[in-house]
Amino acid sequence: MSVDIDTVRRVARLARIAVTEAEAEAMQGELNAILGFVQQLDEVDVSGVEPMTSVTPMTMKKRQDKVTSGNIADDIVANSPATEDHFFMVPKVVE
Amino acid sequence: MSDLTSLTIAEARDKLLGKEFSALELTDAYLSAIDRANEAINAYVVVTHDRAREMARASDDRIAGGTAGALEGIPLGIKDLFATHGVHTQAASHVLDGFQPRYESTVTANLWHDGAVMLGKLNMDEFAMGSSNETSYYGPVKSPWRRKGSNLDLVPGGSSGGSAAAVAARLCAGATATDTGGSIRQPAAFTGTVGIKPTYGRCSRWGIVAFASSLDQAGPIARDVRDAAIMLKSMASVDDRDTTSVNRPVPDYEAAIGRSVKGLKIGVPKEYRVEGMPDEIETLWQNGIAWLRDAGAEIVDVSLPHTMYALPAYYIVAPAEASSNLARYDGVRYGLRVPGRDVIDMYEKTRAAGFGREVKRRILIGTYVLSAGYYDAYYLKAQKVRTLIKRDFEQVFASGVDALLTPATPSAAFGIADQDMASDPVKMYLNDIFTVTVNMAGLPGIAVPGGLSQEGTPLGLQLIGRPFDEETLFAAAHVVEQAAGRFEPTPWW
Repeated sequence: MSVDIDTVRRVARLARIAVTEAEAEAMQGELNAILGFVQQLDEVDVSGVEPMTSVTPMTMKKRQDKVTSGNIADDIVANSPATEDHFFMVPKVVE
Repeated sequence: MSDLTSLTIAEARDKLLGKEFSALELTDAYLSAIDRANEAINAYVVVTHDRAREMARASDDRIAGGTAGALEGIPLGIKDLFATHGVHTQAASHVLDGFQPRYESTVTANLWHDGAVMLGKLNMDEFAMGSSNETSYYGPVKSPWRRKGSNLDLVPGGSSGGSAAAVAARLCAGATATDTGGSIRQPAAFTGTVGIKPTYGRCSRWGIVAFASSLDQAGPIARDVRDAAIMLKSMASVDDRDTTSVNRPVPDYEAAIGRSVKGLKIGVPKEYRVEGMPDEIETLWQNGIAWLRDAGAEIVDVSLPHTMYALPAYYIVAPAEASSNLARYDGVRYGLRVPGRDVIDMYEKTRAAGFGREVKRRILIGTYVLSAGYYDAYYLKAQKVRTLIKRDFEQVFASGVDALLTPATPSAAFGIADQDMASDPVKMYLNDIFTVTVNMAGLPGIAVPGGLSQEGTPLGLQLIGRPFDEETLFAAAHVVEQAAGRFEPTPWW
């Protein structure tokens, strides 16, 4: 399976990464090289094989459904590029 | 006082407790060494002089008061992937520009709890994606090693290239590192240091910038096997904040050093003899086999038939998980923001400017293999292949094999800006061919120096163990170390 330039643009859009025409062209070649490499997996017969979900056999740990921390709004917004009154500021989303 | 930097962690620990010198003197010796060397080697992205001295003074107080911890006064370098409170934490990426977390990773908190001193944050491949430390926003790390009679700058390996270079160049007593596909063991092999990736779940991942969550594990890079054992003991813990961390006691790994390997069954997997592998790697491997046999281990040939599929499966699983983990870098809550005409435009411009080329490549691959219509063909298939890879190991261990011996890498270190590697991403990925299987199966693996190449640069052996049997790896790696000796670069910096 190989990707065309429109697929590269579509995937970049899905990933929310702006790409120039030149970048899209370069990426197309690189992505196809990688997809060509992983195509080896077609040789492997996986019929009846369960997909791995956990690499170490374990039951998911559970914890009490309780609030165990909080009141750290200053910490949460401390690294944001734009905040006001403990809110994250973004460009207008709804007109 | 510069000779203080030649001490191993074990030696420094004993001399500190014997009050032969102070923790502050030891820390100052390292800070001076860093200030002299870092411009040339570029191992540190930030040096925390004041914090280091403050922590060292506190260590001296505890030593005087008789309450010293296991790593009291030991100066360490911390990979930039670990969140450190109030200190630069950017995974060597521009997208985390200015990020200084208000929390501390569990692994580093454990180290500080045991009295260790932070010297600064270490360079790495951006988001731990790379095998040469060339994808860092802060530029490549130069290996302290050079080929005989050559001035060519070599890579220290990656992604933990800063960690490996700093340990080899004596710019820290030991370093934290992480390993998703070989990022501890390959740089350790390239720099003549010892690195262990413990079993998945042994160290908490909380507060470590996520790359591929089902593969990422923290571990140490150190000067020798004993130091790696000392560090891992402090780093490992169960943690409520990482549900995949395992609730079992952390053994005294150092006690395994010197333990006999007599009667141990060491497997030699035939699939690790790959086409085009240099003769010197085969020689290294045979030497390792002979050393363990001479020490009383039984050597058996084994087969891991799905080995060759580990790397292609990895290049589906790891980018898929990365594309999801890295979705959080959107210019809203932390790091870089590039303004846009609307919120989507802001996301796209921020991520375009913030991520480097290798990271973008992997996000796009991951997004593609997870996109509608392709999930079964790629991700699900890769996870099935992963089950088969793990089953190979399980069958070998069930047959009575205690550990496996392989080369750590298919070659010695290559040059910075190597044209072959630059022209084909897959070529660079092949560096991890012997290490990536271990991550796919969640097993522990240690890289230990086994000799020098014809060009005079380090070559490493890898030992792979049963889940949570790091002790056997330390015991067997120590046998290799005793036989091979230790290797140190001649300073050129």
